Amino acid sequence: MTDNASDRPPGEPSMPAEGEERESAGVLVYTIGLLLAVGLTATSFWVANTGLLWGPGVPLGLVVLAVAQMGIHLVFFLHITTGPDNTNNVLALAFGILTVLLVVVGSLWIMANLNDNMMPPPELMNLHMRH
Amino acid sequence: MNVAVALSDVRLDVAASEAGPAPKRVVVAYGFWIFLLSDIVMFATLFAAYAVLARATDGGPSGAQLFSQASVAIETACLLASSYTCGLMSLAVKSRRGLGTYFGAFVTFALGLAFLALELREFADMIVRGDGPQRSAFLSAFFTLVGCHGLHVTAGLVWLVVMMVQVGLRGFHPTVQRRLACFSLFWHALDIVWVWLFTVVYLMGVRA
Repeated sequence: MTDNASDRPPGEPSMPAEGEERESAGVLVYTIGLLLAVGLTATSFWVANTGLLWGPGVPLGLVVLAVAQMGIHLVFFLHITTGPDNTNNVLALAFGILTVLLVVVGSLWIMANLNDNMMPPPELMNLHMRH
Repeated sequence: MNVAVALSDVRLDVAASEAGPAPKRVVVAYGFWIFLLSDIVMFATLFAAYAVLARATDGGPSGAQLFSQASVAIETACLLASSYTCGLMSLAVKSRRGLGTYFGAFVTFALGLAFLALELREFADMIVRGDGPQRSAFLSAFFTLVGCHGLHVTAGLVWLVVMMVQVGLRGFHPTVQRRLACFSLFWHALDIVWVWLFTVVYLMGVRA
């Protein structure tokens, strides 16, 4: 029967209408997603190659563009919404993103710290040599 | 009509503990969603290893010398387009259109195969020039990360063929529909991983 009151599985679009109308609405959602994703991808490639932007800011800009494109994919291709029927999916996703951030940022942070601290700076090396 | 309205009203009133199990369609897709997220956590560890080792070239070639942006752009286009056609296929599955399903699956498969062929050619070129995974820590991390994504794409292509055989043999049986829903989740998730791959590995690598 209808299970409007229960959860919606990830990847399933909400159904505004029946039959033909539903199908064209679905195609429209995927097409909007594709166009946005193409735009963001093209921007990423442009940002990586142009000389117009401030060099040190480019990696950050690329990360922001990737986050935006991930959002586009989640909303338009995987149909993750903020609706009450999607709470479980969003919570699982949030936990996944938290874990990913901890792993990636934590690894980069601790390894950069190690790199900084393992190699004594040149002055210190000279000090050791003199003694 | 009245019965349906009454039923949905009843369901809204029922407490979650009394409502009974969720439909299998929901449970299966949610379980697969959890698997995908753990798979993405695994990719995160490989990304972290790559990011840490990206400069450890041991006097060998760096990303800027190895990567061809044109090839990466075509790979990206193939994978994005195949994600789109996979979405159209899932719409055809939902309205039980056999022809649309086969056509969507065929285009998705062809684009995925083109992606894989380009990636394998890139790998083969690098290995022939002596820049294989054993050359430096950077290249070990590169081949592990990108190769793992390539393996996932390969598994997805095999899965897609198996699913088309099942559609042929069993039609749009609810089991087959659930599996196809899981496949489209998998394929879209692979595209999300690729977004980070071309950003972190290729575009940032070409600049550094």
